[in-house]
Amino acid sequence: MSDRGNVSLAVLEDRAKFIRTETVRLTKIAGAGHYSSTFSCAEILAALYYAQLRIEPAQPDWPDRDRFVMSKGHVAIGLYPVLADLGYFDPSELDTYTRLGSKYGDHPDMKKVRGLDFSAGSLGHGLSVGVGMALAGRATSRDYRTYVLLGDGELSEGQIWEAVISAGHFGLQNLVAIIDRNGLSIDGHTEDVMKIEPVHERFASFGWDVQRIDGHDLPSLLEAFRNLPGGGTGRPQAIVCDTIKGRGVKRMEMSLDWHVGNLVGEDYDDVMAELDAGLKPYEPELAE
Amino acid sequence: MTDMQHESEIFRGTTTGKTAFKDTRSVRGTPKAGMPAFVLGEELAALAKSDPRIVVATADLASANRTNDFRDAFPDRFFNFGIAEKNMITAAAGMAACGMIPYVATFASFSAILGAEQIRTDCAYPKMPVRVVGTHSGMSMGFYGTSHHALEDLGMLRCMADLTVVCATDANHLRGVLRASVDHPGAMYIRLGRGRDPEVYGTVPEITFGKAIRLREGTDLTMIATGSQVRAALDAAEALAGEGIQARVVDMHTIKPLDRDEIVAAASETGAIMTVEEHNVTGGLGSAVGEVLLDLPRLPFLKHGVPDCYVEVGPPAALYAKYRLDAAGVAATAREFFTGRG
Repeated sequence: MSDRGNVSLAVLEDRAKFIRTETVRLTKIAGAGHYSSTFSCAEILAALYYAQLRIEPAQPDWPDRDRFVMSKGHVAIGLYPVLADLGYFDPSELDTYTRLGSKYGDHPDMKKVRGLDFSAGSLGHGLSVGVGMALAGRATSRDYRTYVLLGDGELSEGQIWEAVISAGHFGLQNLVAIIDRNGLSIDGHTEDVMKIEPVHERFASFGWDVQRIDGHDLPSLLEAFRNLPGGGTGRPQAIVCDTIKGRGVKRMEMSLDWHVGNLVGEDYDDVMAELDAGLKPYEPELAE
Repeated sequence: MTDMQHESEIFRGTTTGKTAFKDTRSVRGTPKAGMPAFVLGEELAALAKSDPRIVVATADLASANRTNDFRDAFPDRFFNFGIAEKNMITAAAGMAACGMIPYVATFASFSAILGAEQIRTDCAYPKMPVRVVGTHSGMSMGFYGTSHHALEDLGMLRCMADLTVVCATDANHLRGVLRASVDHPGAMYIRLGRGRDPEVYGTVPEITFGKAIRLREGTDLTMIATGSQVRAALDAAEALAGEGIQARVVDMHTIKPLDRDEIVAAASETGAIMTVEEHNVTGGLGSAVGEVLLDLPRLPFLKHGVPDCYVEVGPPAALYAKYRLDAAGVAATAREFFTGRG
């Protein structure tokens, strides 16, 4: 991506909008989809894929490419359109989403999806995958970074903390965990279902460098990426992104009703129009 | 070597207060001639000399499974994950996705049973060339008890698609398995015994996964054995020969994919089949062979293994005797099977 690093905020905002509208469109094909946990990380995905990752879509197996592991695999619906948009595959393939024989299921399969660095779906595994990729980078003297996008609900999985401990122990400075701290898991607020705060302190206590930012603010995301140190041995990097589950569609923001859903008829058209108009300020008093 | 000596060696160092040894065999002096050694780390180090893709990991058991032999040779390609098997197996899949060929070893109770979902979801499903090694399988951990036994691993893992499941028979056989495994496509589970298993192979055999090795000819019945039970079956066949019963013995080292042709040949040429395994009789080798026999004309068939229970604690030799998985027990079982059939 030759223009990487010079991409404008307007372009990134537009790509975040594209991630949201494509999520709504693809969900209609499937009849059910993960809207709100994709909306919470739309800016994160846009900033990563259009401004940060060192990738060459024409060479998906390039050994020196940065790796991206989507640990919260149910957000594949937001990742597929990005990969198609970047040229990994023909966007028309997205029209098969979840239909019998499609390469594109609700959870992503690396053996079918060009440009996908690892499969996902069982929460709690992705950071371990990233640890292995980072160790392999060190063992082969390659300077790529490995980025892992984690949900906040999956931080209850014990394997996450096995991986957190090991990344600190091995000094994997080339490993970046991005936590989509959207506040909700399926059954409620994370702090009610299973408390994870103070999440930044928890990572720091295991030897990680931690930044905590507004995960919908693109300049903050880009600055956090700029703050990442070079590879080599040191401290693994965590970016805790405070986000709003369902961000961008008023009825979904911080709602427990839209983890999985399906918009039909006028609702579909209304939401598409709402997204097309761009993000409005978040008004928490309207949230459930 | 007595069983009690063996048990103290599982956690080498605990009796002396040391945590690791360059060569634990020296702790007890020079090994007896012909005594098999745990060659896992040594063989992997030999293979790694010419193959930079090979990396090795363990979960705080480098001395028990001898991966410390690899660590000493290639410290930069060895990773001790501590007591965190799930992270180890999934991280190995991440390494494999970046071109490495990881061998990850710990007790079978923890690599196969604790790590089953990681083996399925992160290794087999994405076809990652991870070699998950389960040492001290079956009930070879003796009096350490059910938490440390693995009598269900074959059953759990052989229903996972795109996973090769192999049992090593002895030290030379393990060397052959490891050599054949390097470029084998996809994920693999390699099941080992206590690491000092009695010798079956005088030299390193050429291993083809999915192709059984016929070790003894016979006309009256076939004993299809795997892993630790191959030696017992051979010794049992020898005893039966003295009584006029000629038993064929097959080393079915690959549980998946299974050598169907060898089973069909055993059925048609010897007319009776007995499987022998250090595993629950549900789900393991016997069940796998039985699935093949369902398609064939009916014949006398016996699954010999551990009954569907959690076994007693005790020294391994005592357990093998109790559950008739020593040579005498296998011979007695085969004798009853042969003479009792109609």
